[in-house]
Amino acid sequence: MAKFDPFRGTRVPQQVPRLVAVFAVAIIGLLVARYFLVPDTFGQLGHYRAAALDTIVAHEKKYAGQQACQLCHFQIMQKRLAGNHKGVGCESCHGPAATHVSDPAQIKPSIPSEREFCLRCHEYSPSRPTGFPQIDPVRHNPMSFCSNCHDPHAPEPPVIPGQCSACHGQIARQKAVSHHAGLECTTCHEAPEEHKVTPRLVRPTKPTERSFCGGCHARDADSPPHIPRINLRLHNPRYVCWQCHYPHYPETP
Amino acid sequence: MNPSERDPAREESTRPTQEVDRREFLKACSLLAPIILGVVRVPLLNAQESEGDDYDPSEHFYAMGIDVDKCIGCGQCVVACGTENDVPDEPYFFNTWVERYLIRTDGEVEVDSPNGGMEGFPPTTAEGDIRRSFFVPKLCNHCANPPCVQVCPVGATFKTEDGVVLVDDEYCIGCRYCIQACPYGARWLDPEKHVAAKCTFCYHRIVEGLVPACVEVCPTGARIFGEVERRATPLARFMRFNEVQVLKPHLNTEPKAYYANLDGEVR
Ligand code: HEC
Ligand code: HEC
Ligand code: HEC
Ligand code: HEC
Ligand code: HEC
Ligand code: HEC
Ligand code: HEC
Ligand code: HEC
Repeated sequence: MAKFDPFRGTRVPQQVPRLVAVFAVAIIGLLVARYFLVPDTFGQLGHYRAAALDTIVAHEKKYAGQQACQLCHFQIMQKRLAGNHKGVGCESCHGPAATHVSDPAQIKPSIPSEREFCLRCHEYSPSRPTGFPQIDPVRHNPMSFCSNCHDPHAPEPPVIPGQCSACHGQIARQKAVSHHAGLECTTCHEAPEEHKVTPRLVRPTKPTERSFCGGCHARDADSPPHIPRINLRLHNPRYVCWQCHYPHYPETP
Repeated sequence: MNPSERDPAREESTRPTQEVDRREFLKACSLLAPIILGVVRVPLLNAQESEGDDYDPSEHFYAMGIDVDKCIGCGQCVVACGTENDVPDEPYFFNTWVERYLIRTDGEVEVDSPNGGMEGFPPTTAEGDIRRSFFVPKLCNHCANPPCVQVCPVGATFKTEDGVVLVDDEYCIGCRYCIQACPYGARWLDPEKHVAAKCTFCYHRIVEGLVPACVEVCPTGARIFGEVERRATPLARFMRFNEVQVLKPHLNTEPKAYYANLDGEVR
């Protein structure tokens, strides 16, 4: 059988069609290879494999997000949102809880019970923004876990005792039954508000002069007439008054 | 011409069987190639076409705002990020980390970030001579003009339509060019998978409408995540009411991590 040769009799040199054929095969091969090697979705959205997004999106969540907790822990959520920890997400304290959300009966999130845990945020550090509530862990009620005194879901700001008696009970009780019962503590002590928060750092004043008591008890004092009087110049002038009369329970020996 | 001199070309043409062999070979190749390559391709075909069901990336454009004045350096973000994104505990790599800046009275600047701030910060020494001190959270800036994407030789790191810079784990060849190129030190090489890794803005969370893990646990609202371009979002509000800055603006990377109250000393 005669071989088919389309170029027979033409002037095209024999090697040209062969070269053309080889090139054609190479180019087609390249295109085919490219078609098969360049991943499917490459270039669909940009110079990358669009399918990569699926892998990335399929990544398993560990943190459920606080919206998820609301469904079952509605009350805690409401309490938290009304308190000082409103910005602190549940999982910031209880750790990742996506597994707990999908199986609450079996998987329980962690419950912090160490002082160190709260101190992560509340320990004093000069780098922290001013105004952020910080404590000195050595002096702030050591030995006791924080949630004994503060509700972790709605911690209260410092509760300042309104009365001096909250801390000076004995003095207050003595004074209450003494001749000085009618006098306020602040008549004799200038007590700044900070004294109630940091009592050892900020101390109230104490009378230092005989003339202070004299302000009520001296003969010429401008005070209610029923107050007993002494001659300030002659009444035991070598001593201050409280060396003989206890000011919170003054008695006449 | 001396007939005894053998001309190889002519000899070849006189032996047609050899020519058929070559042609057959080429034919066989062109038939086999698709089959061989087909084997390579089949697994790729199985991948699904598009991502989340009703998520439309063209409707979003994400960025993060960081209020330096609010950061208390508790490191909860570093912990959460590590957990959420399976960042290996050791050696110490981070998608996000917190730096502590200490500016002394003599102007000397000290920056430290022990274990990325994951366990908080130890008390500073010599407190007396500190002029000011603060914490700066750092992360991938998700640049609009990312150098890491430009240098990737295979197109394994890319910028999505919604403004997030991601890495294709299956396509990355681990050449580390991007790690070199990132001016913010935000990339690292996964020691097990041998691919580049980085912050994804928790892409798997944000397509579901959740916030990134670091934002979820931040107690003070120092991190604000959201849409830049729409008016009524927390981030848009943050950017309207604060004078925001970016890190290394001169590099023209157009970062999308916007810092408020940023000290001039922060690099
Ligand atoms: C589907 C309902 C559901 C959701 C959603 C849910 N929880 Fe729970 N959670 C429970 C149940 C049920 C218990 C068990 C109560 C018990 O045993 O007294 C529980 C217990 C807990 C406990 C106490 C564990 C213990 O050891 O006592 C914590 C802490 C907790 N959940 C945190 C969370 C957080 C944080 C979230 C949000 C990420 C969350 N939960 C979401 C149902 C839920
Ligand atoms: C500041 C950290 C903190 C945050 C934020 C926090 N918790 Fe707690 N949570 C604790 C601590 C500490 C306890 C243990 C209380 C105790 O020992 O009495 C606890 C206990 C619990 C318990 C079990 C005991 C109980 O009171 O019923 C549940 C359930 C719980 N938390 C859920 C939540 C949920 C839901 C949220 C988010 C709305 C949340 N927590 C936010 C610290 C936190
Ligand atoms: C992740 C950080 C974080 C953790 C952990 C944390 N807190 Fe807080 N705490 C805050 C923030 C933020 C505030 C609000 C500060 C503000 O209003 O400026 C706050 C406020 C408080 C306040 C109110 C102080 C005030 O003067 O307003 C108390 C009390 C408090 N926390 C106690 C605790 C206790 C107890 C724990 C441990 C169970 C704890 N915190 C754990 C972040 C944290
Ligand atoms: C024995 C009870 C008690 C314990 C335990 C306790 N506190 Fe307090 N805390 C108080 C009282 C009372 C105040 C308000 C007066 C004060 O500041 O001393 C207060 C105030 C605070 C404040 C506000 C300080 C400020 O300047 O605004 C914070 C924050 C605080 N506590 C955190 C903690 C943390 C964290 C722990 C655990 C490490 C803890 N507390 C343990 C009783 C307690
Ligand atoms: C929070 C508790 C607390 C409250 C409230 C409080 N104090 Fe004190 N006060 C103390 C402590 C603690 C000391 C120190 C006692 C010591 O050093 O032994 C102190 C000391 C004093 C002193 C002696 C100061 C000195 O230098 O010796 C005076 C005076 C005083 N308080 C007056 C008052 C007055 C007046 C009030 C009411 C306005 C008041 N305190 C409320 C806790 C309190
Ligand atoms: C009449 C003036 C007066 C009144 C009212 C008064 N004090 Fe004093 N207080 C003094 C004087 C004076 C001293 C100094 C005593 C001394 O240095 O020995 C003193 C000392 C103290 C001290 C130091 C510790 C001590 O016992 O010496 C405390 C605490 C104190 N007062 C608390 C109170 C409280 C609380 C009240 C109100 C319940 C109060 N005082 C009311 C005059 C007064
Ligand atoms: C604000 C005025 C006032 C000041 C200041 C004052 N006292 Fe008095 N004092 C009184 C009053 C009122 C009585 C009670 C009078 C009565 O029992 O009717 C009294 C009673 C007394 C008595 C008892 C007298 C008796 O009848 O037994 C003595 C002692 C005394 N004061 C000592 C002092 C001393 C010491 C000081 C200075 C630390 C002082 N007082 C400061 C108002 C004052
Ligand atoms: C050395 C101890 C001593 C000193 C110091 C002293 N007193 Fe007296 N005071 C007494 C004695 C003792 C009496 C009772 C006998 C008397 O009436 O002289 C008394 C009585 C009083 C009385 C009652 C007078 C009456 O008529 O009932 C008043 C009021 C009084 N003192 C106030 C003061 C004042 C105010 C000071 C300081 C300026 C002061 N005392 C200093 C020892 C002292």
